[in-house]
Amino acid sequence: MAFDLIAFYVFAAITVLGALAVVGQRNPVYSVVAIVGSFCGLSGLYVLLDAPFVAVVQIIIYAGAILVLFLFTVMLLNASREDGAEWDRSHPYYRPGPTRLGGVLAVVLLGQLLWAMSRIADTGGIGEQQPAASSVRLLGRVLFTDYMFAFEVTSILIIAAMVGAVVLAGRKGN
Amino acid sequence: MLDFVFSLFRPPYNWWVAYAAIVGVIFMALQISAAVMVYFERKVSAWMQQRYGPTLVGPSGTLQPIADVVKLIFKEELRPKAADSLLFTLAPVISVATCLIAFAPVPFGGSTTFFGWLEEPVALQIADLDVGVLVVFAVASVGVYGIVLAGWASNSKYALLGGLRSSAQMISYELAYGMALATVVLLAGSMSFREIVDAQAGYFGYLVLPSINIPDVIPRWNVFAMFPFGFIAFLLFFTAGVAETNRAPFDFPEAEQELVAGYHTEYSSMRFAMFFMAEYINMVTVSAVAVNLFLGGWHFPLVPEGYGWIMFLVKLAALLFFYLWLRWTLPRVRYDQLMTLGWKILLPVATLNLLAVAAGVIAFGL
Repeated sequence: MAFDLIAFYVFAAITVLGALAVVGQRNPVYSVVAIVGSFCGLSGLYVLLDAPFVAVVQIIIYAGAILVLFLFTVMLLNASREDGAEWDRSHPYYRPGPTRLGGVLAVVLLGQLLWAMSRIADTGGIGEQQPAASSVRLLGRVLFTDYMFAFEVTSILIIAAMVGAVVLAGRKGN
Repeated sequence: MLDFVFSLFRPPYNWWVAYAAIVGVIFMALQISAAVMVYFERKVSAWMQQRYGPTLVGPSGTLQPIADVVKLIFKEELRPKAADSLLFTLAPVISVATCLIAFAPVPFGGSTTFFGWLEEPVALQIADLDVGVLVVFAVASVGVYGIVLAGWASNSKYALLGGLRSSAQMISYELAYGMALATVVLLAGSMSFREIVDAQAGYFGYLVLPSINIPDVIPRWNVFAMFPFGFIAFLLFFTAGVAETNRAPFDFPEAEQELVAGYHTEYSSMRFAMFFMAEYINMVTVSAVAVNLFLGGWHFPLVPEGYGWIMFLVKLAALLFFYLWLRWTLPRVRYDQLMTLGWKILLPVATLNLLAVAAGVIAFGL
């Protein structure tokens, strides 16, 4: 079991350090590469949780498809390094609005995280939950019976968002 | 040396030593396979163009790949001044690492003792995963970063165009690739390579429908399953596989006549060799996956399972020859034709094929 513990800390470190690197440095292409690394670490954590299917799907959908699109966009728009000079000159209290909003969101997120962790302690930890995600067959059956409605509603939501994006992109004269 | 390696597979198993040996052997075998593929690429192309190909180094030029590697090692390692040094170094590493990882769940034979050399039969596979098919797909989809980042980090127009073309192409063809994989998963009812291959043992007692009985002639391979739907899935898989590995006639990322050498224009010496190696190892992996999923893996009529790995290598060699045959026969298609083929032909056909197979599985329980 010691191997599991070492693997957990390695994957957790990759995930957290990758996430910090996404926001901690100013080159947008490096950010995309860091978030790919972070997702790979997350996928390793899923494997340790006995959910190989979720781990692989995490890689296929996020690392393999969505972030390639991100990288594509960053490269095509030729996004340059963020200019840090003005940021460093200004006093923390007088920095632009998004920073303050980000601070509020960070506090909210931290509160949610603490609340969620306190609830895990109530239900006896992750280890005693049903490992439903481990079987592809079981996952498919649950998805298309118990959660059929939610699944279909999500599909419609995604299609609506896609149609919206196409309409916005196709608008002439803007 | 050989005795030592084989002694590791004898009981009592020292599992991590045995594991390291299997991983090491496959690691080396994949890299040697790249060298062998380079030699055969040159020989086959020469044969098709009525030339001799490499003849000087070793008997019939067989040592030519070694000479090539030595030359590449001694070449100067150039890096453009404007290149992004970190990503420029990282890109070939990502390419090689992903193509080596992708082979991990792929079996290349049943249990064998290698003609009695080993006392216990050993399974020819690194890791038998429940979601093995998806792992290959996932790792291949990460491999695109090597090419895209190489294109971007080189800070050169040709390289960037090559990288962008490559990402567009790989995203487009991954859909048809995934649909063809899903067809096989439906037929076998599993995502583990070993279970998929074992489901293909034996013979079909029928050709199209269970009502038409014919004697045991047709092996129970997925390529013959529910004729012609299994065969269509195989064609889709192989076409998408050629596009995924950026081979001719879909070699846009490195179209010489337009982009010099595409994403690896600025690379030299061993970094260039790493991209080259990744391309050939990817060909081997896609072919090995195709053999496992569609051509019955190590099963062959009248061949016992202990010798199955030889039949596997024969099938693999046949598919790899087909790769070379394609490259030296077909001209490169135009970029818009490539996108039309991917989105308007392969994807709809793959979707309909998947639906047809799903209906067949429900109706006949095949």
